[in-house]
Amino acid sequence: MLDLKLRHQIGAFSLDLNFQAARGITALFGRSGAGKTTVINAVAGLITPDDGYIRVGDMDLFDPARGVNLAAHQRQAGYIFQEARLFPHLSVAQNLRYGMRYRGARPTPDFTDIVEMLGLGALLQRRPAMLSGGEKQRVAIGRALLAAPRILLADEPLAALDEARKQEILPYFERLRDEMDIPILYVSHAPTEVARLATEVIMIEAGRIQAHGRPSEVFSDPHSLPAGSREAGAVIEATLTAHHEDGVSELRNTDLALFVPRLSGDLGRKLQLRIAAHEVILATQKPQGISALNVIEGTIHSIRSGDGPAVLVAVDTKLGRILARVTRRSAHLLGLDEGRAVYAILKTLSVAREDIG
Amino acid sequence: MSDLLGPAEWAAIALSLKVSFWATLASLPLALLVAYLLARCNFFGKQILNAAVHLPLILPPVVTGYVLLLAFGAQAPVGQALAAFDLGFAFHWTGAALAAAVMAFPLMVRAMRLSLEAVDPKLEDAARSLGAPPWAVFATLTLPLSLPGVLAGAILGFAKAMGEFGATITFVSNIPNQTRTIPSAIYTFLQQPDGEQGALILVAVSIFIAILALVLSEILARALSNRIGGRDA
Repeated sequence: MLDLKLRHQIGAFSLDLNFQAARGITALFGRSGAGKTTVINAVAGLITPDDGYIRVGDMDLFDPARGVNLAAHQRQAGYIFQEARLFPHLSVAQNLRYGMRYRGARPTPDFTDIVEMLGLGALLQRRPAMLSGGEKQRVAIGRALLAAPRILLADEPLAALDEARKQEILPYFERLRDEMDIPILYVSHAPTEVARLATEVIMIEAGRIQAHGRPSEVFSDPHSLPAGSREAGAVIEATLTAHHEDGVSELRNTDLALFVPRLSGDLGRKLQLRIAAHEVILATQKPQGISALNVIEGTIHSIRSGDGPAVLVAVDTKLGRILARVTRRSAHLLGLDEGRAVYAILKTLSVAREDIG
Repeated sequence: MSDLLGPAEWAAIALSLKVSFWATLASLPLALLVAYLLARCNFFGKQILNAAVHLPLILPPVVTGYVLLLAFGAQAPVGQALAAFDLGFAFHWTGAALAAAVMAFPLMVRAMRLSLEAVDPKLEDAARSLGAPPWAVFATLTLPLSLPGVLAGAILGFAKAMGEFGATITFVSNIPNQTRTIPSAIYTFLQQPDGEQGALILVAVSIFIAILALVLSEILARALSNRIGGRDA
């Protein structure tokens, strides 16, 4: 368990927040410059905040009131950076083992287990310069884990990778989230990643916490992202219940089925699914003869308009709250208003694979 | 070749190599420390240290030699104190080594500082996050990554020490077998009516040693930068 309270001033920017993070992935989400990286750098001991405290489990990392400020190397905080930061003069195996000699008597993951889990067996003798971006990041994950951290920090670990490499790395973070018994602080500005990985989301804006909760709660709030943003989209939780032969998988939440492109994974698996707000169509009557497989009945909870042509409509359904991004004009023509019954329409093929995890 | 080199020439060559070797070796750790302080640390008086280190590069060598004479000469308090322990520099080959070390120091520090600054501090942060204490970060990361520059600095310092003349002759004079290094020997030969041949031979030897040092440093630098650049050998 991470328990943290920070106050820090850098020029005109001020950071003032406190939160706790349990095991699983706690995503620090927000625009660049919001202060996310400052938070994890403070936990890692790479910067010293003006005031506050940082505790991991029973260990005080920082508490000026009691004169505690552990040096970075004493904090047992594993750090996965955006640019891997492998040591160029060492082989992959030497990089992986780097933190092992400093970890003392702590119980640690087995070297071969980590190598196997991350698929690094064939790379051990290589130098970092000979690795692809995705391979480098896998080595960086292994290196951090083998130092036996009590908390794991990840700063936009996928941001420097192309889409295919992101898909290669995402499953490893899912495994860390599900299998590791330590808190993971994961900084990201990509809603897709956060929706898929996060156990909890902390939305940070200008150094303050804007919202804190499960992704399904935070992302279904139409105020969580600007109405003009194409990145708006609610997250719903569902269970994988069937793989159909025509290439469609079926998810269920309560008794409502949702059809999405074919997924991998065992039936019964719990999933977080992000539904991009701009892919959702609203209708005031149940549409007939329509190709979209998902027509979901609901009630408008709220409407938020920004400066642009779009409004964000929050619709309460049996699946949970869904966000739809429609034009101000459509909202006006259809007479959309709070409490109005509507149908949210979602094409199966408009659900992106990377939004499900 | 051995016919060409008389005992006086051999003595000068051997003495030059000895003086330069010890001058380089003894000042290497200090140069590395100063380079690290200048490259990585912020402290009061940093600019003063920087200026002091560079002073011998700018001052006329004769001035540096005279300052050394005032500080460590046989009449100076420090020199007398050291002489009591049989550690005097005055008119002794160690004095030539001291003069060479002082003159080579700024060049060594400059080369080392540049290569230390080229090591990405972000890699050092990564090492600290893996539990490496500061000395280990330096030993396992900063030093190996900057080794080509450190060695280049050492070779540069050695070459400078081989060529040192002004400060040496001012500080410890020109005594055969003690302080008559190659440059002093060439100077001596040129003062003699029949000394031209001896001077020419030593000039050739100087050129040979200089080229050897350059080639050696080039080979070292290339091998190391390959290793550090992460290309498989």
